[in-house]
Amino acid sequence: MPSPTDRKYTKEHEWITADGTMGITHHAQESLGDIVFVDLPKVGAELTAGKTFGTVESVKAVSDLYAPVSGTITEVNETLATAPEQVNKDAHGSWMLKLKLSNPSEMDSLLSAADYDKFVTEEAGH
Amino acid sequence: MLLSAAAPIVRKTALNAVHRAMGAKMVEFNGWDMPVEYPGSGGIIAEHLAVRNGVGIFDVSHMGDIRFHGPQALAAVQHISMNDAANLAVGQAQYSAMLYPQGTFVDDVIVHRLAEDDYLLVINAGTREKDFQWVRDNTLQFDCAVEHLSDDFTQIAIQGPKAVNLLQKLTDADLSAVKFYWVTRGTVCGIPNVLIGRTGYTAEDGFEIYIPADEATSARVWNEILAAGTEFGVVACGLGSRNTLRLEGNLSLYGHEISDTINVWEAGLDRFCKMDKPDFIGHSALAQAKAEGGKRTLVGLEMVERGIARDGYKVLDENGREIGYVTSGSPAPFLKKNIALAYVPVEFAAVGSTVKVEIRGQAVKAQVVPSPFYKRLKKA
Repeated sequence: MPSPTDRKYTKEHEWITADGTMGITHHAQESLGDIVFVDLPKVGAELTAGKTFGTVESVKAVSDLYAPVSGTITEVNETLATAPEQVNKDAHGSWMLKLKLSNPSEMDSLLSAADYDKFVTEEAGH
Repeated sequence: MLLSAAAPIVRKTALNAVHRAMGAKMVEFNGWDMPVEYPGSGGIIAEHLAVRNGVGIFDVSHMGDIRFHGPQALAAVQHISMNDAANLAVGQAQYSAMLYPQGTFVDDVIVHRLAEDDYLLVINAGTREKDFQWVRDNTLQFDCAVEHLSDDFTQIAIQGPKAVNLLQKLTDADLSAVKFYWVTRGTVCGIPNVLIGRTGYTAEDGFEIYIPADEATSARVWNEILAAGTEFGVVACGLGSRNTLRLEGNLSLYGHEISDTINVWEAGLDRFCKMDKPDFIGHSALAQAKAEGGKRTLVGLEMVERGIARDGYKVLDENGREIGYVTSGSPAPFLKKNIALAYVPVEFAAVGSTVKVEIRGQAVKAQVVPSPFYKRLKKA
């Protein structure tokens, strides 16, 4: 299934739209399996591109979340605190955070949907 | 997030190609390329619930097997294991462990008495070679042959309240006559004289069968079990649910609750250690440890605040002082709680005691609760 083309992607399997809404990819949720816990910062927290800011836990493992770009959190999807399995059901529809970007040009260095899908295929081939 | 890299080249069971064809997610476990979960079964939670409510099957061929036979087989087993194998009737099995002289664990084992002077010890995958070396070196004085049969069997576990119904369709052995922790032999899927144990690692009723380890036979039996189990909703289960099932049942895992630095009393396995039987390796150190009294003990924890304790996380007291560590921690799919096993000082071990678990720098509240966390309702 090709990734949606309305957003950008990271090699750490996050997606982000031009307005700063972000989540994790379908491939990520598939790799993780049953997601049981999503730990996110609060509104107002500052994220730095490439740095970890939260975690997603499946039954078996803890995975760090990496900020695709720098910015300030303006909104957190609180429903994921009680219904983290939403990410399994619809990863590209289950946003985690909304960010006010501090340096929008950082978006330019992220992957397109086609490049991300290619990256995932190559990664699986290793 | 970072997703794990491809596993290095490791050992494979005879069912490896079957798991891959089924679309299982494979992981490296103790040097073995094993299925962790099957998306086609619905993943770890669905697999776990299938075993609690119906039936699931596991490839556990990575487990090892050591046979003792000869006139002094019982004496040899008695010398290297802590439970009392003299109590076993032919066809009976028991949970036990092999110990170092200091009373710590070489491995935990299931001892099966197959015939008068014939015992089979089922051992862990990650400790196979160490265990066999240990057995050989420490049984030389007995008139008893020890054989490493680990590669001879494909071992399939059929687990859950419907396991008996499923397996009965495929065998002429009368399974209703086989009690928990007893074994029998019968024709299974047309293969004569298959060893069938009413044993498992899921805290549920179930069976483990030992069939020839060739790929064609293994695949045929695996697929026939799945086909016969359709009416019971059988699913293939991986190591992920095997771990959550055993954790709910407080069944020890080598390298976690038990190891070469943890003794029998600390691990709370007293009832499987028979100090009144004639001398066995580890006996004198355990007698001394008992007289001195233990400092730490294994407890069950339930998270009170939001968070999941994981293996190796620190346990803190209410003032934030480090007092112990988590040996195994996970969400419990059947209980729908976040649970853990942990070593803590004995003064924190009472049920109801409050402790904290350090999760990514935060002290998260947990409570000591009775374990096993889950106990199946036993039928009369």
